[in-house]
Amino acid sequence: MIFAQQPYLETFEWSWPTWRFWENDPVFLIIQVVLIFAFLLVAVMLMVWFERKVVSDMQNRIGPNVAGPWGILQTLADGIKLFFKEDLIPDQADRFVFKLAPYLSLIPAFLMFTMVPIGGNFADKNGEAELFGHTFLVQLVDPPMGILLFLAMSGLGIYGVMLAGWSSGSKYPLLGSVRASAQMVSYEAALGLSLAAVLLASGSLSTHDIVAEQVGGAEVLGVEISVASWNIFGLGFIPFIVFLIAGTAELNRPPFDLVEAEQELVGGFHTEYSSLRFSLFFLAEFMNVVTMSAIMVTLFFGGPDGPILWDAIDWFWPILWFFSKVIVFLFIFVWFRATLPRLRYDQLMDLGWKVLIPISLIWFLILAAIRVGQDEDWNIFVVIAVGLAGGVLAMSLLMGAIRNARLNRAESDVLEYG
Amino acid sequence: MLQVIVFLIAAAIVLVGAGGVIFARHPVHAALFLIQTLFGVAVLFLVIEAHFLAAIQVIVYAGAIVILFLFVIMLLGVDRSENLRVEPIIGQRQLAWFTGASILGLLLAIIYSVDGATGFQSSRSALDRLGVDGEPLPDVNQLAESIFTDFVFAFEVTGLLLTVAVVGAVVMARKISGELQPLPDLPERRVSRAADAADPTADDAVVDAEEA
Repeated sequence: MIFAQQPYLETFEWSWPTWRFWENDPVFLIIQVVLIFAFLLVAVMLMVWFERKVVSDMQNRIGPNVAGPWGILQTLADGIKLFFKEDLIPDQADRFVFKLAPYLSLIPAFLMFTMVPIGGNFADKNGEAELFGHTFLVQLVDPPMGILLFLAMSGLGIYGVMLAGWSSGSKYPLLGSVRASAQMVSYEAALGLSLAAVLLASGSLSTHDIVAEQVGGAEVLGVEISVASWNIFGLGFIPFIVFLIAGTAELNRPPFDLVEAEQELVGGFHTEYSSLRFSLFFLAEFMNVVTMSAIMVTLFFGGPDGPILWDAIDWFWPILWFFSKVIVFLFIFVWFRATLPRLRYDQLMDLGWKVLIPISLIWFLILAAIRVGQDEDWNIFVVIAVGLAGGVLAMSLLMGAIRNARLNRAESDVLEYG
Repeated sequence: MLQVIVFLIAAAIVLVGAGGVIFARHPVHAALFLIQTLFGVAVLFLVIEAHFLAAIQVIVYAGAIVILFLFVIMLLGVDRSENLRVEPIIGQRQLAWFTGASILGLLLAIIYSVDGATGFQSSRSALDRLGVDGEPLPDVNQLAESIFTDFVFAFEVTGLLLTVAVVGAVVMARKISGELQPLPDLPERRVSRAADAADPTADDAVVDAEEA
């Protein structure tokens, strides 16, 4: 056999410990996976209810109020209803891909959440929590490629949407899925570039290290502020803003929900889906919202960082802070939906390619220049000034080129169509 | 032992996927098999502890390139089974057999003649840099150091090549319609548009002119 001759299989020990799990005991591992999965399902249920309630409040309606107290069980009722509906597969559908697509969008949504540190005492125990005599990291897994797993999974999530639209064998779902994939591929670049700024600050890909680097506070003008070490301040807001916008687009949420623009595309990529398969898409969509909020908290807002108010239950406070921060972002997503009108498709592409990507790239270069300046002992203010001047120059050149191209196009349109 | 099991499973995934790419009759199914292959290769990267490469493999190839393949397949409407009996270029099939066989022979020759042409040794041999504390650096740092020191020229040239390719694609995609002529006066345009709207046959004339 060929591979038996290769020396590495005998000499090379594959080391699980580089993947830091909560515990390496497989039984514990399975319990944790189930816990996280159950938690996500409950979070999705509450998120759907929360969204409907907040949106109805903003529109002066009452919203769901029948099932359970404040209508909190409405999602459960809807889920049960969907469960009993007829499961349709269109005649023109590619049957295997049609059945596969919902899982392709659900599984990445779940996997993304597994590497988010949702708790752990980062203040003085390096992110470990002690409970029932066990010491562990409060995240399912801390893979060495860390945050890249998030990019990989959000890239794979596109397939669910794309194949669902294509395999339906119908016109409108196909249009919806083509829109979706173009949008997600475009915004993934901006997402990755603003993520690179975070990686520059943390010097590590691991989510655990990214959080650990943001803990401890920083001195601003001689005053010690505990939140000043969060990446949102340390990186100067721009990466966060780009990430928030690109993340909203990646989630296909309003104002970037052209994928399922009801006026144009019936229901979008999942028009032909019904029953349980439809609910899987629904689940994946809202799971992604929760995950994206959690990722933003991890990257820019110190994850579970916060004051430990009472040492005896020091495992509890980080979890509380983490979820409080996540809820703020969930509210922001709902707020976007209730407030902003949907973009036109060309506006969407313009925003992604001509604004977000150049800005995040320029900002990344400025941050890198500051980093080099610190190593070389340059005057920090000169570095920032030169960097900003270069950035403004590059941006205005780009804007000039875009404007020129637009004028040229208008001119040739006139020539052709007069 | 664990790595052998993982290797065998991943290799099976890669081979089944690769076979599927060739034998699937439907282009979209072939693209799906391609994703399976790329995923299996990512797992193989994980086995040799190249975590960064594994992630990049999924992000770039599965997450972007195959998406673009599917995009083209769906938009150009070639998503139907092709008739394999018709040979578009004469002699193509014989040439394909010959090329495939020679590539296979070449690969086998490399695997048997060079020690460690596959697997751990070759993938790690360039990556043996030690950090300040004497421990081996993580693979990301090692890759970065190799790319930006020893192989910086190749890296820059590749970047330049990609830029040239992008510029070339833009030039090819641009629609050039004869010599640019001075902009007509705006009022005249409005008048002519109004005339178009009034006379529906004028639109057809424009379309005919374009087709010609």
